[in-house]
Amino acid sequence: MKKNEYGEHANLVKKLVSRPPETQKVSTKIQMTDGVLIPRKDDHHVFNSWRLTFIIAAGLLTFLVIFVPTPYRSIFLVVIQGAPTTFQVTIISIIGAIIIGLFVGLGSVAKSYIVNMISGIYVEFIRGIPLLVQLIFIYYAMGRLFRIEGMLAAIAALSICFGAYMGEIVRAGIQAIPKGQMEAAIALGLTRGQAFRYVILPQTIKVILPAIGNEFISMLKDSSLVSTIALTDILRKGREHIARTFLSLETMFVVALVYLLITLILSRLVGILEERLHKNG
Amino acid sequence: MARIRVENLCKDFVTDASKSIHAVKNASLSVEEGEVVVIIGPSGSGKSTLLRTINRLEIPTSGKIFFDEVEVSSNSDIRHIREEVGMVFQSFNLFPHLTVLENITLAPMRVKKMAKAEAHALAYTLLERVGLSEKANSHPNQLSGGQQQRVAIARALAMNPKVMLFDEPTSALDPEMIKEVLDVMLSLAKSGMTMLIVSHEMGFATAAADRIVFMDEGEIIEVAKPEVLFNNPQSKRTEKFLKHIL
Ligand SMILES: Nc1ncnc2c1ncn2[C@@H]1O[C@H](COP(=O)(O)OP(=O)(O)OP(=O)(O)O)[C@@H](O)[C@H]1O
Ligand SMILES: [Mg+2]
Repeated sequence: MKKNEYGEHANLVKKLVSRPPETQKVSTKIQMTDGVLIPRKDDHHVFNSWRLTFIIAAGLLTFLVIFVPTPYRSIFLVVIQGAPTTFQVTIISIIGAIIIGLFVGLGSVAKSYIVNMISGIYVEFIRGIPLLVQLIFIYYAMGRLFRIEGMLAAIAALSICFGAYMGEIVRAGIQAIPKGQMEAAIALGLTRGQAFRYVILPQTIKVILPAIGNEFISMLKDSSLVSTIALTDILRKGREHIARTFLSLETMFVVALVYLLITLILSRLVGILEERLHKNG
Repeated sequence: MARIRVENLCKDFVTDASKSIHAVKNASLSVEEGEVVVIIGPSGSGKSTLLRTINRLEIPTSGKIFFDEVEVSSNSDIRHIREEVGMVFQSFNLFPHLTVLENITLAPMRVKKMAKAEAHALAYTLLERVGLSEKANSHPNQLSGGQQQRVAIARALAMNPKVMLFDEPTSALDPEMIKEVLDVMLSLAKSGMTMLIVSHEMGFATAAADRIVFMDEGEIIEVAKPEVLFNNPQSKRTEKFLKHIL
């Protein structure tokens, strides 16, 4: 189990989002998600866990690449070639997931029972199936049904999977906006649609931005799952390298360090973003 | 002519399958054009609920509501009624992501399709009226509670409503800010606005109200002119409540 430290905004959202169905009824503070460790705002020690991990990982990688060039420098140079693909896939997929999530989230707070049901079923389906199984299934389905293959299929698969989680985040974000906001808007004569567009959603986005950042990090890691079939990303580059050189442990060590460093940097950025948003009220 | 007329209004809240709360029981009331009516009563007596049924933030369980003698029902144009009825909430409910100016111009521009320049001019006129011209570009969280509530009044007035509803507009405010809000409301009352106000500010009620309504346990117990109701209440329940709060 991984421990999560979220700031206040994300907390608000996380409290309402409960990923595994089992935890829905039990109100517990322990959140089991595949999220990342966000550094605590109140922890100003020079050696907090984030800094230490970052220093160890960056130091280790730098040391290996500079002082143990065989095999590590060549491993690093090969593996890092996968990074642009990893980022490209993650960025496009997160946009897809946000768009799907917006519809799913709005669907789950809509007044129509049928619309609620449809988005509910979508979320339950996605939550109940292991991510790797879904990704491979959607990947093949894309190929068979739409003749979409390669990176595009991977992006579709990631978007569809993460769209469900994003939907839950959007729903929780909408529900975190005080009821009085909607009431004030419709009391002024706005339609519910206008109220959503001009009053609720702009505030929701601000509230869920850190949570979206966390999803981005999760997705960046989970995109490695798709690489087993479709992508020439960091992990695939590493596996190809292993196939050529048989340096399995060394290569995977570098792969792990590269992912870890990227994730650490991103989580720090999300933390900063969250602090900024918090300060601006 | 009665601006608002409520006839035998009931509102039940169903909390769970078996229980339902009768928040408003058989209430009848009319507010004439230009009249200021203040509703008082203990907590949970249904004051807010009665107010909220008038612009249909709550759908009445039974009974009739007339606006300018036209019955408001589920198939009437609710949005049109909401345009004509301004509402001010206890917790202000300003839109925190918008500036004061944008808070005021949102509804005129989106609902009435007013041009931006016109909406801005209107907003500045209203801000002057509530004494906050220099705050146009501030965000709500940069304002004090009293200032926020005055902006909320300006925001409601921007739709040029025929009736203003106030639900305990000063009870979330620090004592030193209550007066600035009441002053705005008083000048609004003097300008001839029809107002229905839930408030326990007795000084204000005496000065501004044409009639006071006392509610208890969902029922309208007594309606009278302020001097009559405060000095010579007809009902024991009114008397008891007044003793309690004065
Ligand atoms: N949305 C709701 N769901 C269930 N019960 C409600 C709801 N709104 C109000 N009630 C109940 O209806 C009754 C009347 O509430 P209402 O808010 O109208 O009272 P009030 O006179 O405004 O009280 P206060 O002075 O505390 O604001 C209360 O018992 C309250 O608990
Ligand atoms: Mg109330």
